[in-house]
Amino acid sequence: MEFSTKMHEKTDGTGTDPLLRIEDFSLRFQGHDVCVVDELNISVSAGETLCIVGESGCGKSVSAMALMGLLPKDVIDIPDGEMWFEGQSFDLTTSTLDAHLRGNRMAMIFQEPMTSLNPSFRIGDQISEAVRRHTDSTKSEARVRALEMLHRVGITAPQQRMREYPHQLSGGMRQRVMIAMALVNDPSLLIADEPTTALDVTIQAQILNLIRDLQDQTGMGTILITHDLGVVAEIATTVAVMYAGQIVESGRVADIFDDPQHPYTLGLMSSVPRLSGPRARLTTVPGVVPTIANMPKGCRFRSRCPFASEQCAVRPALIDIGKAHQVACHHAPLEQVVSVQ
Amino acid sequence: MLSFILRRLLIAIPTIILISVFVFALQKLLPGDPVLAMAGEERDPDVLEFLREKYRLNDPVPVQYFTWIGNALRGDLGISLRTNQPVTELIASKLPVTIQLATMAIIFALVIGIPVGIISSVKKGTVTDYVANTVALSGLSIPNFWLGIMLILLFSVRWKLLPASGYVPLSEDPVKSITTMLMPAFVLGTALAATLMRHTRSAMLGVLKSDYVRTARAKGLRERSVVLKHAFRNALTPIVTLTALLFGELIAGAVLTEQIFTIPGFGKLVVDAVFNRDYAVVQGIVLVTAVGFIFMNLIADVLYVLLNPRLRGQ
Ligand SMILES: Nc1ncnc2c1ncn2[C@@H]1O[C@H](COP(=O)(O)OP(=O)(O)O)[C@@H](O)[C@H]1O
Ligand code: SF4
Ligand SMILES: [Mg+2]
Repeated sequence: MEFSTKMHEKTDGTGTDPLLRIEDFSLRFQGHDVCVVDELNISVSAGETLCIVGESGCGKSVSAMALMGLLPKDVIDIPDGEMWFEGQSFDLTTSTLDAHLRGNRMAMIFQEPMTSLNPSFRIGDQISEAVRRHTDSTKSEARVRALEMLHRVGITAPQQRMREYPHQLSGGMRQRVMIAMALVNDPSLLIADEPTTALDVTIQAQILNLIRDLQDQTGMGTILITHDLGVVAEIATTVAVMYAGQIVESGRVADIFDDPQHPYTLGLMSSVPRLSGPRARLTTVPGVVPTIANMPKGCRFRSRCPFASEQCAVRPALIDIGKAHQVACHHAPLEQVVSVQ
Repeated sequence: MLSFILRRLLIAIPTIILISVFVFALQKLLPGDPVLAMAGEERDPDVLEFLREKYRLNDPVPVQYFTWIGNALRGDLGISLRTNQPVTELIASKLPVTIQLATMAIIFALVIGIPVGIISSVKKGTVTDYVANTVALSGLSIPNFWLGIMLILLFSVRWKLLPASGYVPLSEDPVKSITTMLMPAFVLGTALAATLMRHTRSAMLGVLKSDYVRTARAKGLRERSVVLKHAFRNALTPIVTLTALLFGELIAGAVLTEQIFTIPGFGKLVVDAVFNRDYAVVQGIVLVTAVGFIFMNLIADVLYVLLNPRLRGQ
C-alpha cells in the first residue's frame, strides 16, 4: 500500500520539468587545476533513459559518484554548479546530496557486482537494511519488502537467497541483488554505472532487459553509463557524449545516431554500423583520452581531432544545432563530411 | 569445522615435538651443573652421585628426553630441584595469576587500541590521526619497566590509590584482585594497544576503500553504521587473529612486568627457575607456554574461519 502512494508522489510535480537537471557542474581533484568534470549539463525526465557514453577515463564514473555524493571529501575541491531534483534545488557548491535522498529517491548500481556487496552480511539483511534506513518499517516488514524485491529482479528461490551470503551467488545474481537493493525504496532516479561491463555477454542482455522492465513498471528516470553503443541504441532516450570530463554532444538518441555532429561522436560511430547492429567497443578513435595532468588547452579533443584548426585553441561552447541537439565544436555542423579517417 | 580443528591439531603435533626437543637440548647445553646448585655447600661425591641417580641425570641424553616427554604426556613434568614440588603443580598454581593478568591487559589493549585505530582511519591525514599515531608510537617505544615504575610512583607512592605490588586471588576478593592488577595490566595493555591500534587502522583503511563500503554509503546509511558496521565487521578478522596471538605472547612475555609489580605469576616462576638451574621447572614452563601459544594460534585460526562466511560453509 505504502509503496503505491509513494509512486504517486513521484510522478507528481515532474510535469514539464525534468526529474533531474544539472547545470554547469564542475569538479576538481585536489592538487589539479583542470576540472575532471567540466561544466556538466544534463537532464533526465521520469521514465526516460539518459545514456552517458565515452571512452574509459572520460570522467563518467566520477560524475555519477559526485551526483550521489559518494566521492571522498578529502580528494575533491569544492564543486561548483546547480542541481534540481524532484522539483527541489540543490546548490552543489555547498552541499553534496542529502544522505536521505541517497538510496531512497536516487539510487545507484555499480560496475563491480562481485565486490559491491558486503561479504560479511546476508543478502536479505543487506537489502532490508536499506528499507529500514529510509522508512519506519519494522524488521519483518522490511524483510517482506526485500523478499518481494528479490522476486521482482528475477532471483529464483528468493526465500533461500535471503539467507545466503554474496559469495554464494554468481556475478549476474549479485548484480540483480544490487538492483533489488537500489530499487527497494522506489527511487525516482536510478544511476547505473556500466552495470553489465563485468558480466558475461549472455548475462549482459538479461540485466539490461531487467533494468528496462523495472523502469517501465516504476516510471523512474535512469542514467545509464556505458561505453557500449549497441546498448545506447537499444535503450537510450537521450544521449550525452562525454569526452575528457566535458559533454561534447547531446541529444535525442536518433539525433546522435543519425546525425552525429561532433568529430568525437563521429569517430565513435564509425565503428557502429547501424542502430540495431552488433555492439562494438569504442576503440576506433586513434589515441587515448588525455589525463587531467596533460589536458590540451582549448578544445580538449584537439590532440586527436582530424578537423582541428587554429580556432580550436579556444574552448568551443555547447551550442544548439537542432531541437534538443547540442554540440561543442567550432566546425559543427559537419554536414558535408562523409567519413572521419 | 570439526575436521578443520582436528586437522589443525594434527599439524600442531610436529611443532610441539620440535619445540620439546629444542627445549630439552638447549637445557643440556647450558653451562652449570644442576646437582651442584642443588647440593649447595655439600660436595660429597656420594651425595652428588645419589642425586644424579635420583634425577636420572646419568642416563644417555636421548633416554632422558624420552623419559621426560613420556612423563610430560601423562601430566608429570618432574619435580622441582629446588622446592621438591611437582612442576605440574607449580605451574598450575601460577597459571591463573598470569592468565588473569594477560586477560586484563588484553581488555585494556582492545578498549584503547580498537577505537583509536578506527578513529584515526576515518580521520586519516588529520591532526587527530597524527596525534593518535604519535601516541601509539610512544606507547610502543616506552619500555614497560619505566612505565611500570612511573605508575607505581604516582598511583601508589604519591596518591596512594592503588597497591604497588602483590597479588590477591580472584576467588578470595574479586574487587581487590582486580584493582591490584590494574597497573601491571595497564602497563602490558598499553604496549599491545599501540600494536592493535596500528593494525586496526591499516585494516580499516583498506576496508573503507572497498566497493561494499561505497554501496553502504549509496544506500544512504549513516556514516556511523557505514564505519562501525559495514567497514569494521570486515576489518575484524585480522584484529581478532592478532588479539589471540598477542594473548598467547602475553602469557610467556609478562616476565618483566610481573617482576616489577612482584606478582607471583609465571614470570617469577621462570626467573627463579632459571637462576637456580631448576631444569625441570624451566623445561616444563617452556613446554606449557609453547603449547599454550600453539593453542592460541589454533583459536586464532578457528576464529578466522568463523568470521568469514565464505570459509565457514566449507
Ligand atoms: N581519486 C582520484 N584522484 C585523481 N584522479 C582520479 C581519481 N579518481 C579518478 N580519477 C581520474 O579521473 C578520470 C575519470 O575517471 P572515471 O570517472 O573513472 O572514468 P570513466 O568512468 O569514464 O572510465 C580518470 O582520468 C581517472 O584517472
Ligand atoms: S573544436 Fe576543433 S578540435 Fe575540437 S572537436 Fe571541433 S574541430 Fe575538433
Ligand atoms: Mg567508470
